[in-house]
Amino acid sequence: MHEMSICEGILQVMEEQAAAQQFSRVKSVWLEIGPLAGVELEALRFGFDVVTSHSLAEGARLEIIELPGTAWCLECSKSVPIRQRFDACPECGSFQLQITGGDELRIKELEVD
Amino acid sequence: MCTVCGCGEGETRIEGQDVGHAHDHHHHHHGEHAHHHDHEHGHTHGHDHDHEHSHAHDGHHSHSHGHHHDYGQGPAHAHAPGMSQSRMVQIEQDILGKNNQYASANRQLFQERQILALNLVSSPGSGKTTLLTRSIDDLKTELPISVIEGDQQTANDADRIRETGVPALQINTGKGCHLDAHMIGHAMESLRPADSSLLFIENVGNLVCPAAFDLGEAHKVAILSVTEGEDKPLKYPDMFHAADLMILNKTDLLPYLDFDVEKCIGFARRVNPDIEVLQLSAKSGEGMEAWYAWIRSRMA
Repeated sequence: MHEMSICEGILQVMEEQAAAQQFSRVKSVWLEIGPLAGVELEALRFGFDVVTSHSLAEGARLEIIELPGTAWCLECSKSVPIRQRFDACPECGSFQLQITGGDELRIKELEVD
Repeated sequence: MCTVCGCGEGETRIEGQDVGHAHDHHHHHHGEHAHHHDHEHGHTHGHDHDHEHSHAHDGHHSHSHGHHHDYGQGPAHAHAPGMSQSRMVQIEQDILGKNNQYASANRQLFQERQILALNLVSSPGSGKTTLLTRSIDDLKTELPISVIEGDQQTANDADRIRETGVPALQINTGKGCHLDAHMIGHAMESLRPADSSLLFIENVGNLVCPAAFDLGEAHKVAILSVTEGEDKPLKYPDMFHAADLMILNKTDLLPYLDFDVEKCIGFARRVNPDIEVLQLSAKSGEGMEAWYAWIRSRMA
């Protein structure tokens, strides 16, 4: 359940931003998450509601933008889509893949009052 | 609770200290935050200045930002009736960014003081603590060693380590499932490892969550015992991807098991083509020399 720590991280960022950018309430939160970030989205949604209750983001809408996983296949010499770290290249079946994207775990933007 | 980093929240306990009051450590980081805010500020200047005429300055806030207003906790006053004050704020920030800042600070400290920090991760029961006590017994005459022990509860493991005669500090994470870089920073203040020494960080027994939290270590070392399934690297790919070394422990039991070593190594390389693998038994001592050689080559 490190999703709980991640939600606490999100709340901290929002609280810092509230002071720096002069807002008192968060209405919506957009996150960008890749399939390799090691985050279970349902656990994250659950944790978000728990962690943000009685905070500046109580009741805020959580929007998750799922980013694609990508890797560079050394055999094919091109970028291919992957869903998990141990996926084979969908074109040649090789496991010689360098992961190039998909471990993102970012707060993209907030809708605030 | 420290309002800057939120430490002291939850149930984390570090032996011999109150997590919430190590202010030297915090001050170090406040600077970084201020820097960060400066950067973020550009987005809202226009908005702030528009409102400057109608709000009294809150004197005690003036030190932080010249144009800072205190809107209070309630809804901000809308200047045009019926118009919503909702607006979008671009953040583009890594959620684990704060942990990563602390990890960078730890890493810098380790480098400056030539401390080799190894973050040992595994399931509960893989034999981490037995591997540690044996390694310490065999290496303590040639180099200074200290240990940070992470468990949800009890100081049993730190007690076991201290019996070997080296300094150890227990961190109890309470309900937490992993150590984070901030806890390690605090632990360093109490433990004070010697320069040019070896620091073992025994993480909470968990193959999931510790993968996401950089502690500032030189290497993550994943320990897998042959009494576990050989497909664990596929079941917990994030951890084996994050590790630089996999230790297959309890090899003295291989004759009694169906564990397929080559298959297991193949699975590990599938999630991490660069992972190094050592096979050993902390009980019989078989293979331990290769592990010590691995450590020595990184101490140099």
